[in-house]
Order: sequence, then structure tokens, then C-alpha cells
Amino acid sequence: MLIHNLFKPKRLSFWESLNAWIFVAPWILGFIFFTGGPILASFAISFTEWDIVNPPVWTGLGNYELMLSDPLFFQSLKVTTIYALVAVPLQIVVGLFIAILLNTKIRLIGVYRTLFYLPAVLPIVSVAVMWRWILSRDWGLINWFLSVFGVYGPGWLSEPEWALPALILMSLWGVGSGMLIYLAGLQGIPTDLYEAAKVDGAGAWASFVYVTLPMISPVILFQLVVGLIAAFQVFAQPFIMTQGGPQNSTLFYLLHLFRNAFEFFRMGYASALSWVLFMYIAVLTLLIFRFSAAWVFYEGEIKNE
Amino acid sequence: MTPLEAQASFRISPGQKRPFDWAKLLAHIILIAGSIMFLMPFIYVLSTSLKTAGDVYTFPPEFIPDPVAWENYPEALTAMPFDVFFLNTIFLAVGRIIGLTLSCSLAGFAFAKLRWRGRNTLFFIVLLTLMIPTEVTLIPRYILFSKLGWVGSFAPLLVPGFFAENAFFVFLFRQFFMTMGQDIIDAGRIDGCSFIGLFWRIIAPNAKPVFAVVAIYIIQNNWNSFLLPMIYLTDRAKYTLALGLRLFNEQFYSQTHLLMAASVFVVVPIVILFFFMQRYFIQGVVFTGSKG
Repeated sequence: MLIHNLFKPKRLSFWESLNAWIFVAPWILGFIFFTGGPILASFAISFTEWDIVNPPVWTGLGNYELMLSDPLFFQSLKVTTIYALVAVPLQIVVGLFIAILLNTKIRLIGVYRTLFYLPAVLPIVSVAVMWRWILSRDWGLINWFLSVFGVYGPGWLSEPEWALPALILMSLWGVGSGMLIYLAGLQGIPTDLYEAAKVDGAGAWASFVYVTLPMISPVILFQLVVGLIAAFQVFAQPFIMTQGGPQNSTLFYLLHLFRNAFEFFRMGYASALSWVLFMYIAVLTLLIFRFSAAWVFYEGEIKNE
Repeated sequence: MTPLEAQASFRISPGQKRPFDWAKLLAHIILIAGSIMFLMPFIYVLSTSLKTAGDVYTFPPEFIPDPVAWENYPEALTAMPFDVFFLNTIFLAVGRIIGLTLSCSLAGFAFAKLRWRGRNTLFFIVLLTLMIPTEVTLIPRYILFSKLGWVGSFAPLLVPGFFAENAFFVFLFRQFFMTMGQDIIDAGRIDGCSFIGLFWRIIAPNAKPVFAVVAIYIIQNNWNSFLLPMIYLTDRAKYTLALGLRLFNEQFYSQTHLLMAASVFVVVPIVILFFFMQRYFIQGVVFTGSKG
């Protein structure tokens, strides 16, 4: 440390600063033109009516008022929220469950890990095309599986009440990436905690509840937030499998936004939709963090009882 | 956790000899059942892709195709120019790898190893942009590119890559470079090495794993990417595999055997890459998950 300080210049070197600015220049330009600028622009555009071809017309809060009378806006918000509220917790439970099984020191663990993770790396368009067939009412794998138990499966993608559950089911095929993250988290839990719990007479369940869950809770929180944001970005699955139907039962938010922007060329309205989504995600994320203090445990922290 | 540590934590030490463990047996049983459930969709799709048109619609499904219709693959893949789609996808992946690794690693280097005023402020902005959903920039970017006359070309998908559009990669490189000792920099400086020379001769060669992780990430994202290529690539000659498959899905809606063959074709390159580069796939995921 002392030797290091000998070489540390007292003042910032001009040459070093110049180099640094040159190295970050692409990022700065990219930020201005492709991120920061567009964000401001999208906010401004949300107060206009604009089809790109003709000049934009200022409409004030018109787009936001329009939203309140747009039943499809509320439908897409509902669909996406239900998906997020059901699919994300399910993904967490299933992912964590598999990770816990894989965290036991058993043979073939690499093979299992590969198998469970593989579906998560597949391109989503292929997955959507494949699952349209797998979910087919008369010839699909899922309904065959159900028929083994004497259940007559529904027309998953053709009946309004089953289409969203079908997409949720399909999303569970991709829990592999979450599973890997939990597995890494589980392997980071010091074994002496489990030994201490055992000495105190804790069984498998008690050590799961009092050691594993608290230790893994920051990872769960992170996955909850990431999963939520991902849920609001679901697009290809409904676009390819159901076109938002039947009866708008899979009209995801981004699909509704996409149609307004690139099918009806209502850039102003679509920008307003994107801002409402942004705010909605921000508020939900804040709420999750706000209430996370009650169940997320950070090492070195002492809780007030 | 650095990617290297993450890698280490995945190495599972073999357990010692113990008496028969019922819990392990139960774990095996559940895992085998789960593996079968995860594998079945693959097997089902693969078997459908190798059936004749007449054999596809059977209930209960037959998993072994008889006869095996290998001809489905050439038929599906020549029904549309999948070779062109494939080359387009590769072209975009290579272009994005070059652009993003160059621009993001240089920025990461400046944030990690150089001392300059404004560093912390700008890095804070990098972290902020991590939280912005892509939808918010979707429309203004489209308008910008359409005013530039770029819609219909690869430019809207390639150019932002050269301007470090992925804040997460900047963050990833910065975190990795932070773990490399400052003394290398100081020693290099004393030897009269320029900053770009330091980066090129010392930092980059010692950070190969993180470059590999980022490259794999880009390939995977690129294979997966659908919405952006769809709005920018209006010309079929420029379609990627994902767009081609979507078009195929519309035109061959009822020819399930060909449709499954095409979707298997789109999946295979990424599956092969996954089996050879599994380590880097996993490092990438684990790093994303533990950055919080």
C-alpha cells in the first residue's frame, strides 16, 4: 500500500485523463444518441400525435387520456400483471427446488445441470414454434401426458381461459438460468452454518427454513426483480403462438405497444404506453425493495426483533 | 463474485464414502423424473421433425418415427433461403461481437484503471442505464434510424454496438479489470507503455475469460433477438434465422413435420455452442445473478 502510494501522482495527470475520455467517448456518444437522448425524446413524443411521415402534432396529455379509455390498455396491463404475479413466483419455486436437489453431492450432477439449463439457451422463436405443437389440443405432448392420467386436456392456445396458463407453463421450461444462479448462491453458504444447525437439533426442514432461505434471500430478491422486468418484456411468445388471442387473453403489454407503434404508426400513443410501463415497473420494483427488508437477510446485519 | 470464482464454485468435490443415503436416492429419483420432463419436449419435436406428413397426427404420439423421414430437413431448409438467414445471423453476431467487445472493454478499462475527473459520475450513469427497460428507447430509436434512412439495413442493429450500447457489458468488464492489480498498470507506466498499449498487451490478454463470456452472451442474444430485427430488417434477403423461422411458421402453418425440422435447425447451432462452451454460458448467467 505504501509503495503503491509512492507511485500515485498527487494531481490527476492530464495525459491519463485525456486517454480515459477517449476510451469512454464511444460510450458517451452511444449514451447521448441511443439511450439518454431517446429517453427524453420518447417523453416529448408521448405528448404528440405522430405517424413519422407527417410532422408531429402537440396534443398535451391527450395520449394519456386516451389510455384511460382504451380497454386494450387495461387488458394488456391485466394480462401482463397476472403473468408476472403467477409465472415469476412459480419460476422462483421451481428453480430453487431443482437447485437444492442439485446442491446435494450426488453423481451425474453435471449431466442434470446441463439438462435443466439447456432449454434456457434456446432462441425464443424456436421455443414458441415448438410449443405451439407441444400444446396442440389433439396431437400435443401435454394433452397426451394428461390423457395418461385420464384427463381430457383443453385446447391450450385456443381457449381464452387456458392460453395464459399455457404460456406460464411454457415459461417454466426456461427456469434453468434461475436455477444456476440459486445453485451458485447455495454453494456459497458456509457449511458450518448447517453443522451448527444440526448441533442445535435442526432437521432437514428446519435447516432449510432457518439457514438456506435466509442465506439465499438476497438472490431471490434479485431474481424477483429481474423476473418482473422480463415478464413485462414478453413479446415473441404471444406474437407467434396466439397473436394476443383468443379474445385478447394473451395480449401482453409489449404486444399492445408494438401494434400501436408499428402496425398503426401511432408513435405518440406508443411512447406514452412505454412511459407508463416504465413508471409501473419502477413503482413495482420500489415496492418490492420496500417490503424486502422484512424477508431479505444480509450477512452481518442484525435484525431488531 | 468474479467469473473466475463463480467457475471455481461450480467445481463440485466428490463426497466421501458413506453408508447408503436414502435422501440421495430420492434426489436422484426426482431429478431423473424432472430430466425426463425437461427432455420430452425436445424428443417430441425431434421425432415429429423426422416423421412423414401422414405419420405426424397420431394419438397417442409415437416417439420413434417409422419410416424416418430425413428428407424433411432438406425440404424445409430449401423451401426458404435458410442458408442466407444463417449467414445474416452470423454476420450480425460477428459485427456485434467486434463492436461491443471493443467499445465496452475500453470504457470498462477507463472506469477500472485510469484516474480522471468525472469517472464516478459517469459510472453512476452506466449503472442507472442498466435499469432502463428497452421499450422506452424503442420508438425514438426507430424514428432516429428511419430519419437516417437506415431502416431496412443492418445498421440499426450494428452501429449502436460500436457505441457500447450494452451498459451491462461495460459493468462486467469494469468489474473484471478491477480485480487485476494496479501494480501492473504502474509497472507498465514506468516502462513507458502507453495506456492503449497497456490495455492491448497486458489487460486484454489477461482477461480472456471475460471476453469469452461477453462473446457467448452476444451470440446467444443475437440468436434470440426477435423484436428489433423484425422492425428494422424489412427485406427478406436480410432476415435472421429467428425472422425466417417466424415467416416459415406463417407459411407452413399446417405442415408440422417441416415446421419442426426448421425449428430444430435454428436451435442446433446454439445447442452445439452450448455443449462446447458450457462453462462460459454458466459464468455469464452466474455473474448476472450475483451482481446485485
